[in-house]
Amino acid sequence: METENKEIKILAIESSCDETAAAVVKNGREVLSNVISSQIDLHKLYGGVVPEIASRKHIEKINQVIEEALSEANVTLDDIDAIGVTYGPGLVGALLVGVAEAKAIAYAKKLPLIGVHHIEGHISANYIENKELEPPFLCLVVSGGHTHLVCVKDYGTYEILGRTRDDAAGEAFDKVARAIGLGYPGGPKIDKLSREGNPDAIPFPRAHIEDSPYDFSFSGVKSSVLNYINGCQMKGIEYNRADIAASFQKAVTDVLVGNAMHAVKEYGLNKLAIAGGVASNSTLRTAMKRACEENGIEFYYPSPILCTDNAAMIGAAAYYEYLAGTRHGWDLNAVPNLRLGER
Amino acid sequence: MRILAIDSSGLVATVAVVEQDKKAVGKTVAEYTINYKKTHSQTLLPMLDEIVRMTELELGSVDAIAVAGGPGSFTGLRIGSATAKGLGLALEKPLIHVPTVDALAYNLCYTDQIVCPIMDARRNQVYTGIYEFEDEKLNIIEPQMAVGIEELAERLCRFPNDRGIIFLGDGVPVHRERLQNELLVNYKISFAPAHMNQQRAAALGTLAMDYYRTGRVETAAEHKPDYLRLSQAERERAERELAKKNTESNC
Repeated sequence: METENKEIKILAIESSCDETAAAVVKNGREVLSNVISSQIDLHKLYGGVVPEIASRKHIEKINQVIEEALSEANVTLDDIDAIGVTYGPGLVGALLVGVAEAKAIAYAKKLPLIGVHHIEGHISANYIENKELEPPFLCLVVSGGHTHLVCVKDYGTYEILGRTRDDAAGEAFDKVARAIGLGYPGGPKIDKLSREGNPDAIPFPRAHIEDSPYDFSFSGVKSSVLNYINGCQMKGIEYNRADIAASFQKAVTDVLVGNAMHAVKEYGLNKLAIAGGVASNSTLRTAMKRACEENGIEFYYPSPILCTDNAAMIGAAAYYEYLAGTRHGWDLNAVPNLRLGER
Repeated sequence: MRILAIDSSGLVATVAVVEQDKKAVGKTVAEYTINYKKTHSQTLLPMLDEIVRMTELELGSVDAIAVAGGPGSFTGLRIGSATAKGLGLALEKPLIHVPTVDALAYNLCYTDQIVCPIMDARRNQVYTGIYEFEDEKLNIIEPQMAVGIEELAERLCRFPNDRGIIFLGDGVPVHRERLQNELLVNYKISFAPAHMNQQRAAALGTLAMDYYRTGRVETAAEHKPDYLRLSQAERERAERELAKKNTESNC
C-alpha cells in the first residue's frame, strides 16, 4: 500500500442528482479544481428534478466537466493516481452516467477505481477546509434527499444515530416554498424571505419521536404550514409569507439543533459538523454555532460551494478509501439506495 | 484500421474489435455478446476487459470507438455512451456514432430483400427503419424512427408484395404474430435466425469503418445519444403548452 507521504491525486466524479461535477483533490484535503455544471434552471420549469432530463444532461456535459477539472488543476490523466465516483445513493440513471464514465477512464488508464457513497462525500467535505478535523465527530447531514445524524467513528467508519422517518429537511423546505409561491429550489428562497419575517409569529410543531431521540420527522410541520395557509384562505385572512417562512424555518432548525446537541453529549463527542445542501442555510448555521459555543463543542461547516453536490467532497472521501485499500471492480454498478458504510 | 465497437442499446450487451488491412480485407478480432439478465452496467466493461486480455489488445492502438448512438433503452444507451466517452477521453480517440437501427440492418448484409429491424420501444411503438442493399452498400429507404407497428406495416405495404421482407431485432417476439397473421398477410416475410437477429458489435464496427474512412467521426465530448424521443416530462409539458395555446386562440 502507498504511504501517506506520497502525494495522491484523485480525479472524482459526481452525478447522483442534478449537478454534473468533477474535481481533482490532492491527499484528500487540497482541492486543485472543483467544477460543477448545474442543471437547476432546466429543472425549475418542472418544479423539481426530472430524472430522465438529469441523466440526459449528464451525458452531454460530463466530458467537458472532467476536461475542465483536469485543466484547471493543471494536470493530465497521467498525473492521476485513482478515480473516485459516486455510485449511490441517488437517481439510478444519473448515477450510471458517472459510474460508466469513471470505470471507462480508470480502465483505459489502468487506475484504481473507488466507488464512493454520496453522503460519505458530503460528510468528508468538512475535511477540505478544516485541515485539523479528524474523527471521531458527530455530523448532521441535511439536504433535499437526506437527513441523517451520523457518528463518524473513524475515516470510513460510520454509525447512523438518527434519520428522518418521512420527508428530508430539504424536501420540506421545497414543499413549503411551493405552497407560499416561492418556487424551486425552496431552501435558499425561504432562507432569504425569513430575514423579513418573525420566527415566533406562528407556533408550528416540533416533532420528537418517542422511542428514538435522534430520528426526525418533517411531514408534520410541513402539513401544519399547509393547513395554516388553507385556514387563512378559508377565513379570507391575508397571511404573511415572511412570517410563515421564518416560523417554519425556526421549527425545523430547533429540531435539527436539539437532536444534534442531544447526540453529541450522549456520545461524549466534542466536535460537530454539518453537511449537505441545507447546511448552507444561514439560520441553521447560526443556531448550531450558538448551541455549540454554549456547550463547549467545536463546530465545523463547509463553504456553501462544498455543501451543494460537488465532486471535491467525493475526492476527499475517496482518498481515505484509497488509503484503506478499497478498490472496486469493472462490474461496479450504481446502487440507488446504497447504505451508509456499505462497501 | 482498428475499431472498438460497443452496443448496449437493447437487451444485449455486445463488444467487438474489428480491423481492416490496406487491401480493405476485414477481420473480426473478437466479438463478445451477452443476452442475459445482468445489467449492462455490470457486463459491458468486464466484457471489454476479457477481450483485451484474450487478444492482448493494446487499447491505445484502436483508431476510433464506435458506439450505438440510439435509439434504444434510454439507460442502456447512456451506459454505452458514457463508456465510449470515457474511453475516448482517456485514450484521446474519436468516437463514431452509428445509428442503432442502421447497425442492426447491417447484420443481414447483401440480401436482396428489404431489411426491417424492429426494437421494442414500449408505449405501443417500435424503433425501426427500412433498408436494402445496393452494390454492397446499405441503402436507407426510411431512416430510423419511432412508430406504431401498424404504421410500419402501412409503409412496408408500399413495396411489391413479392419483394420479401426480413425482420430482426428484439421487437420480433412481441410483434411477430400480428405481422404474419394480420398486418402483412399477403407479403413474403421472414424472421432472421438466432445468430443474426440481435445487435452485434462486429456488424456495428464494420459499418463504422465506412464512417471512419469518410471522416464521419466526432470527439468524445461532442458525442451524445440520439433518443428519437423526448423525455416524458418534456412531452407532457409540450402538450400542456399546446393545449394552453389552443385554449387561448379559441377565446
